[in-house]
Amino acid sequence: MGLLSDPNRRRALTNLLTRLNAPICVVCYLAGVMWFMGLAFEPFTLRTYMSENAMGSTMVEEHFPAGERALATGREFAAHKKKVGGMPVNWLVKTMESRGLEVFTQSFTRKLPFPDENKERYLVRGTNVYGILRAPRASRTEALVLTAPCSQGNANNQAVGLLLGLAQYFRSQVYWAKDIIFLVNEHDLIGMQAWLEGYHHTNTTGGDWSPLHGRGGSIQASLSLELSSDVITSLDLVLEGLNGQLPNLDLANLFHAFCQKIGVLCTIQGKLQRNDWESTSGYSHSAQTMMLMVLKQASGRPWGDHGLFLRYHIEAATIRGINSFRQYKTDTTTIGRLLEGMYRKLNNLLERLHQSYFFYLMPSLTRFVSIGYYMPAFGLLAVILLLRALDLWVQLGASAPGTEDGLAEREQSPSSPGVLSILTPVVISHMTGVALYCLPVMSQEMAVQHFPVSETEAVVLTAIAIYTAGLALPHNTHRLLQGEGTEHGWRVLKLVALLYLAVLLGCTALINFSLGFILALSLVPIAAFITPHTHKPLSAAIMVLLSPGCTLLYCVLIFQELQETPVSLQDGWMLFLSVISQGILDHSLYGSLVYPLLALLIYPCWLLLWNILFWK
Amino acid sequence: MAAFRSNIFMLAFFLCGFSVFVTGDVQTNQMNVAETVFIDNVPTTETDASPPSVTEQSQTAEEKRLWEGTEVGTNLADGASDNKVDHVHDTMQATDAPPSPPAKDQTQRFAFDERIWEATNVEINLVEDAPPIRDKEADEADHVLDTMQTQDFPPPSTAKDQFQEELVIKPLHSGDIYASFQFRTQWDTDFLLGSKVSHYRLFPKSLGQVISKFSVRELHISFTQGYWRTMQWGQPFLPSPPGAELWVWFQDTVTDVDLAWKELTNVLSGIFCASLNFIDSTNTVQPSASFKPLGVGNVTDQRFLRYAVLPREIVCTENLTPWKKLLPCGSKAGLAVLMKSEKLFHSSFHSQALHIRPVCKDWQCKSTSWELRQTLNVVFDLHTSGQGKREWSLFKMFSRTLTEACPLASSSKVYVDITDNPQGELFELSPATPLVSQAVVLGDGRTYSVYDLTDHATFGQTHSLNVLLRWRAAESGEMLRPLLHGERYVAGYGLQTGEIHTLVYNNHPYRAFPVLLLDTVPWYLRLYIHTLTVTSKGRDNKPSYIHYQPSKDRLQPHLLEMLIQLPPNSVTEVTVQFERALLKWTEYTPDPNHGFYVGSSVISALVPSVVAMDTNNTQERPLFSSFFPCKEESTYFMRIYTEPLLVNLPTPDFSMPYNVICLTCTVVAVGYGSLYNLLTRTFQVEEPSQGLAKRLANIIRRLRGVPLLT
Repeated sequence: MGLLSDPNRRRALTNLLTRLNAPICVVCYLAGVMWFMGLAFEPFTLRTYMSENAMGSTMVEEHFPAGERALATGREFAAHKKKVGGMPVNWLVKTMESRGLEVFTQSFTRKLPFPDENKERYLVRGTNVYGILRAPRASRTEALVLTAPCSQGNANNQAVGLLLGLAQYFRSQVYWAKDIIFLVNEHDLIGMQAWLEGYHHTNTTGGDWSPLHGRGGSIQASLSLELSSDVITSLDLVLEGLNGQLPNLDLANLFHAFCQKIGVLCTIQGKLQRNDWESTSGYSHSAQTMMLMVLKQASGRPWGDHGLFLRYHIEAATIRGINSFRQYKTDTTTIGRLLEGMYRKLNNLLERLHQSYFFYLMPSLTRFVSIGYYMPAFGLLAVILLLRALDLWVQLGASAPGTEDGLAEREQSPSSPGVLSILTPVVISHMTGVALYCLPVMSQEMAVQHFPVSETEAVVLTAIAIYTAGLALPHNTHRLLQGEGTEHGWRVLKLVALLYLAVLLGCTALINFSLGFILALSLVPIAAFITPHTHKPLSAAIMVLLSPGCTLLYCVLIFQELQETPVSLQDGWMLFLSVISQGILDHSLYGSLVYPLLALLIYPCWLLLWNILFWK
Repeated sequence: MAAFRSNIFMLAFFLCGFSVFVTGDVQTNQMNVAETVFIDNVPTTETDASPPSVTEQSQTAEEKRLWEGTEVGTNLADGASDNKVDHVHDTMQATDAPPSPPAKDQTQRFAFDERIWEATNVEINLVEDAPPIRDKEADEADHVLDTMQTQDFPPPSTAKDQFQEELVIKPLHSGDIYASFQFRTQWDTDFLLGSKVSHYRLFPKSLGQVISKFSVRELHISFTQGYWRTMQWGQPFLPSPPGAELWVWFQDTVTDVDLAWKELTNVLSGIFCASLNFIDSTNTVQPSASFKPLGVGNVTDQRFLRYAVLPREIVCTENLTPWKKLLPCGSKAGLAVLMKSEKLFHSSFHSQALHIRPVCKDWQCKSTSWELRQTLNVVFDLHTSGQGKREWSLFKMFSRTLTEACPLASSSKVYVDITDNPQGELFELSPATPLVSQAVVLGDGRTYSVYDLTDHATFGQTHSLNVLLRWRAAESGEMLRPLLHGERYVAGYGLQTGEIHTLVYNNHPYRAFPVLLLDTVPWYLRLYIHTLTVTSKGRDNKPSYIHYQPSKDRLQPHLLEMLIQLPPNSVTEVTVQFERALLKWTEYTPDPNHGFYVGSSVISALVPSVVAMDTNNTQERPLFSSFFPCKEESTYFMRIYTEPLLVNLPTPDFSMPYNVICLTCTVVAVGYGSLYNLLTRTFQVEEPSQGLAKRLANIIRRLRGVPLLT
């Protein structure tokens, strides 16, 4: 700081920064990307370890014997499900009651803003059934939750069977210190949202649900079970929740520890762990796993039924049974034992899970990257914006006539071309953003009347139309007010845009690193090097290719590629459209913030940059 | 053996006779002797291979009482004779055949006159009997004593401590078993009148001293592990909240109630091995209406009341042991032998309580005596330990059977609730008992099979009583929904604000009734009292009485008391929002991420009885008795407790406080300081400072009036 308070040295420093600004920015960008890719390299990551003492050293034994019976119950459930044509509420209530639980039901209705074509639903009506196993001599202050969704078709019957089997077995045990809630939710996330909002008596998304009558106090942890076959080859752990929230790392550690103990293959992002980190393929394997996690987290949507619990500060994860073509199969009894062990350990918890990390990336199930290691990657990208802003600031000061130092004069200089000339593009961009946020859903009926499309298509296509229309907006409104746009004007506008973007990305990265990083990756280069004096068509093409919409398309394609289900461009486009509709639905159903963030803040910011390109 | 015993009796009676002439100093000695009598006696009967004789046992007790009575009676001989006479009469009724009313006065006088005679007579008797003792003679002597006492003369005492014990077993509709022990000790001493009491018989000395030292008028303390599930189990006989609850009425002579309360909690903490010393001003309140005295007396000034709950208190064997020691027989004999902690704590619910209150000594209620009630309620889970078999017995529940009553008990009974099982179609009870008792419990007429442990025949051939319940029907039938029921939970998410919801259910189909709701909330949940809403059936329900005492940070909790009218068949929802305070870093508990407890709400109500709702009531009773609901059945008092709450407060990461503090301080000091400096200062190129020589030269030049050097 002493460096800055000396005017001479300060001048030298700023000279250096302005002179070498472009190279420094390029180096920072490359370093950021390199750093990020290096995170997947095993020697740079930390090994996971159990931080919570209550779960670490204590021994539990698993005795769950009744896997076959659980499967039989699952088949019975399937039969009743088929007979009723939905959730067999009465049968579930009776079965849970016979297992000694206190059973309650909750009905809910939800009208989606527009039909969901992926899951073919519009007006959703359903019932959640849950049974509470009351812990002896506990005063209803703490609870654990085990959920299994009642899905359509033949999926997840085994999960419900195992849930009921575990309920029966848990009921006969004496060691419970926390109530255990066994929940079968209908319509997956919508039912889960209704149940959680009912449990916490909140209503964030305007759903219609009946109040709950049985509670077990504050929920400490939750596991969601998805199991669609009698035997499985591996268990997949899903962590990514709403808005990119993750459960405490100890929950993942717990799962991994029990998989090791019982001898079940476990995966994360559907990828097994490999031990050959020295080889290129080993590295690319873990890089792929981490990239998948980053993409899933950036999407901001809940990737399993557990995802909605995280908002309530309940550590939750989904355990998904996978049946592939491996030789080695695991039966239901073993999965039951695994869950029993996990619940016994969770039952031992004295405090909420808080010891381990909440912000992490996992290149494999035994390795993790903590926030302290991945944030520099983002920081290196974000510093580019600040450097460019500094450069502009200095240029603005230097170009102002008069004083040597220019500090006092600079106060006036931005206002000299008029606040209006900056305010106009800012306001217009944000109005476009608001239109992008509101109009697709609001104008769907009109669109359906005038065009031969379904509601969902109408919403998505309206969104794309508004997005593209934003590019064609009159970008030179300032000329109407001020006459000729000045050299000074675009610099001030760019300075504002740069700082705005820096703040925006910084905040996003703090909440959801992956989203912030991906956006920074695409937006920082154009924000850094855009001027009105570049080659217009080429710059415009680059800008469009790096716009948030296109970034989303690339993400979809990369995601499919990483999941080893590559799609053609045609299918990719269809997928892109459905992702947009899902994003809008996630926002209105569960309160996911990615769509409003993109529409209301990121897109206007990009429009500002677009504005600069066409500055006259 | 009998010879040995009568020797000891002789010794006792000799001392007793002697004690007439000595002063109170010797009394402690005597008590020791009395204890020897008793303690020696018990092993005697046990080492005897022969079955313990009930008559002998009770006779021992009677002897002891007789002896005590004489002594104290003499001490107080110059006291109010009125009292004494009444008192004697009372005992007579209690012991056996009551005399007919016209003969009352005569009998009393007779008894009074005979007292001295009896004492001496007995003494002589025994002295005569002493040298050549044969078993038969001794027995005869005992017998004589026995008959003398029960038939002709009431025990010649004024201070007649009494002890009763009972166990109620109730099969619950959920299939669980509810066992409720009650031990009642009555202490006929009124030390508040000024007399100093240092002699204790059945009443535990530790508690007696506490009462007298702190001028306690009423004391209620309960330790509960678990939550009473009203919807599954119905109403408990004595409700209690999870954790520890303590409420005390002090005498109106106490000047500094807070000090007395503080000392009392610390003393009780020691007596019961509990963390009652954590009761301080931050969790103590003075409810204005919810807790009225249960004993005699008309002081209802809330200044003398203190109420505190520790929801976090864990109850275990270390609390049970001191509690058991307060019983006259300890856990050596009587019903208390069943209280083995390994079984009591292998249950769904465990609650032990202790209530001390003044009760009327006689029907005129001119003077009071102290009543100590010790209760222990346990619910056994059929599901976990039954292994699918629905069968219960005393042995299965407690891993003990009953072999005798407490020799000091005037009544010792086991009740089994058979209301739902009039024809024995639901379960089978063995051994069968002819005794049946009917009582109205919580507005519901109940029928009980009674086993009288003082009756030798109860134990039968095996000399032990093992009540066995064997279910016949698979389902227990529908339970009458509890008329009053409460729930509580915290709504909302995030660590800034929240909302406490209290739901009060009135399940009565057509009667509205008022309830008193008491909420105590710790100061670190800052209640927004303007957000308090009470709604029933979707409409605003204005409480007719609200007593609110705002909290003071780190000093006193919120107290909210409301009288709410509950419409019939409704759910009334009371909501209030709160903000979570950020505590000082030393104020967090060692496990801050566990959360902080908020004690149960207390809902007290006079609930209309269900007599008119009961449709098949007329089948069991005569018609004339059941048309108008009679007074004691028309309403009954009920108190229920909601769940305690566990609330998370914003918690700093304690795992690295040092790092955090250092980092924050550095950032603030270096970063902010210099940036602020940079922004507020204007920079100018500084001129080089003048040398000393030049300054001197300038001074000279100024003196000379020559232009200065620059």
